[in-house]
Amino acid sequence: MRIGFLLVVVLGVVAVAAGTLGTLLSEWDAPPLEATQTGFRGLAMEQVSNPRTDAKMDALNQAPEPIYELEGDDDTKAWQVYENVPVLGHISQEAFDRLMAAITEWVAPEEEGCLYCHNEENLASDEVYTKGVARRMLQMTWHINRNWDNHVGATGVTCYTCHRGEPVPSEVWHENPGPPQARGMAASRAGQNLGSASVGVTSLPYDPFSSMLAGDAEIRVIPETALPVSIEIGTKQTEVTYGLMMHFSTALGVNCTTCHNSRSFFAWDQSPPQRTTAWHGIRMVREVNNRYIEPLHTVFPPERLGPLGDTLKTNCATCHHGQPKPLGGAPMVADYPSLRGPAQDPEMQPEEEPEAQ
Amino acid sequence: MSMLNFERKYRIRGGTLVGGDLFDFWVGPFYVGFFGVTTAFFSLLGTALIIYGAALGPTWNIWQINIAPPDLSYGLGLAPLKEGGLWQVITICAIGAFVSWALREVEISRKLGIGLHVPFAFSVAIFAYVTLVVIRPVLLGAWGHGFPYGIFSHLDWVSNVGYQYLHFHYNPAHMIAITFFFTTTLALSLHGGLVLSALNPQKGETVRTAEHEDTFFRDSVGYSIGTLGIHRLGLFLALSAGFWSAVCIVISGPFWTGGWPEWWNWWLNLPIWE
Repeated sequence: MRIGFLLVVVLGVVAVAAGTLGTLLSEWDAPPLEATQTGFRGLAMEQVSNPRTDAKMDALNQAPEPIYELEGDDDTKAWQVYENVPVLGHISQEAFDRLMAAITEWVAPEEEGCLYCHNEENLASDEVYTKGVARRMLQMTWHINRNWDNHVGATGVTCYTCHRGEPVPSEVWHENPGPPQARGMAASRAGQNLGSASVGVTSLPYDPFSSMLAGDAEIRVIPETALPVSIEIGTKQTEVTYGLMMHFSTALGVNCTTCHNSRSFFAWDQSPPQRTTAWHGIRMVREVNNRYIEPLHTVFPPERLGPLGDTLKTNCATCHHGQPKPLGGAPMVADYPSLRGPAQDPEMQPEEEPEAQ
Repeated sequence: MSMLNFERKYRIRGGTLVGGDLFDFWVGPFYVGFFGVTTAFFSLLGTALIIYGAALGPTWNIWQINIAPPDLSYGLGLAPLKEGGLWQVITICAIGAFVSWALREVEISRKLGIGLHVPFAFSVAIFAYVTLVVIRPVLLGAWGHGFPYGIFSHLDWVSNVGYQYLHFHYNPAHMIAITFFFTTTLALSLHGGLVLSALNPQKGETVRTAEHEDTFFRDSVGYSIGTLGIHRLGLFLALSAGFWSAVCIVISGPFWTGGWPEWWNWWLNLPIWE
């Protein structure tokens, strides 16, 4: 009895100490707070937010001003002036020059400038691999702005939406072999219990991306029968879906009720319209990863690839950076109409038209 | 009305908190008192308003009747009756009835000369309710944060509030509350099983006493808290469950706006394994 009593006391002290430590170390919020309601009154579909934290997020996610205004009176096209401009030759020389300067500011490392993509001796040369990547990324930007307006709306995207002044966007993912793992009977971790940031530091399987944002695995896990009779729909599958949903929430700084009424996650007629935007976003990210980024894995040097040799791919956080709308919804592309793409471009049609649900 | 033979010794004058002798009487077996009157007033009015609210709604299906709080846009002001005002008045009636009942329990305890354990225990339940519909809404700045009055609708509220913080099982106070709820039921089942076994001997054997009860637990788990202690423990466990429930919801929103999983960053970032 004495030992048991002692054990209880020791465990109690440890628990209280851990609780106190957690309480002291956490950055709590405090009233006054703000709340927005998205559902019927009393349904608790709402987002409580701390305006002080939101202001900090806004400050960290400011869209840069256009580096200078275009005068627009010179109609000389870029192809008339420059050699080897197959992608951007159709825009005016003035817009071309400014776009180059902007990309240098948005993407290139400060110490390298233009030379990050160009040969100093001959700017027209294609020998630096980043130039080829930049061309493909410009086509991707056009494609997103022209064909994915059901996700990006009129706001559109620019290089800066992802790059934010970095040559490699800070929020990317790659195939992840995971940490060293025991073998034998201890090997069945299934990616769980790592507290991974990719799934909002939950215990959920750490990689929902390769199957659902590069692959097109089914995300819906709610059976349509009264009892779950399908072997494709089980606890494991559900946990991957929940991991992806945790990523959505943390990437956008929103909670589950932004897109779902939790009394029926699957029912479209009970879901807010944001869920439709997200549905298109998932398809957009899959296409961006599979059509534009992953094919470049032969072009990138090893240090620009993941440990398993695949490219650094996009997910929601790549653009959103913790905000419901990237860069606070600033319509940056309006200042750079050349990033909307040429009027006619047969290559820019989507491979498959997303079906409306 | 006739009285049971032992009832007379419980019918003692005095001990009232309010009203002196005015309401110090019994109706049949029921003590009235000032707070009996207010309990009746608030509960009858509140129930009538719930029925009125149901009549305004689209259904008489008992599961689906829903009397919802106002939109958040009304803030801490009054809303029109049909747009959440009913919820506000019903909430006042509910708190009035619950608090009256607790104070009536205080008066009865005073008449009987016993401690205030019963009204104290009920007060913790009232505190949890008030936390949900008054304290947390006031901290968040709108009555609309209260839960709706309806069998299904309040469950939808619970579910959505949980998902507002991504995964409510990561809420540390929720963990503590759940642990207390489970421990309460475990303690009650152990205690109930023990008492029933002791009081229902095999045919031909005699009823066992507390000595046997203590011995059973000393043999099986090495310790017996005793016949008095188990009731103190039960009270502590049950009240802690209610108290930490109130804590877990009042910190969700007013003091933590993100997802609960990320609260545990302090744990993941401990220098031992970071």
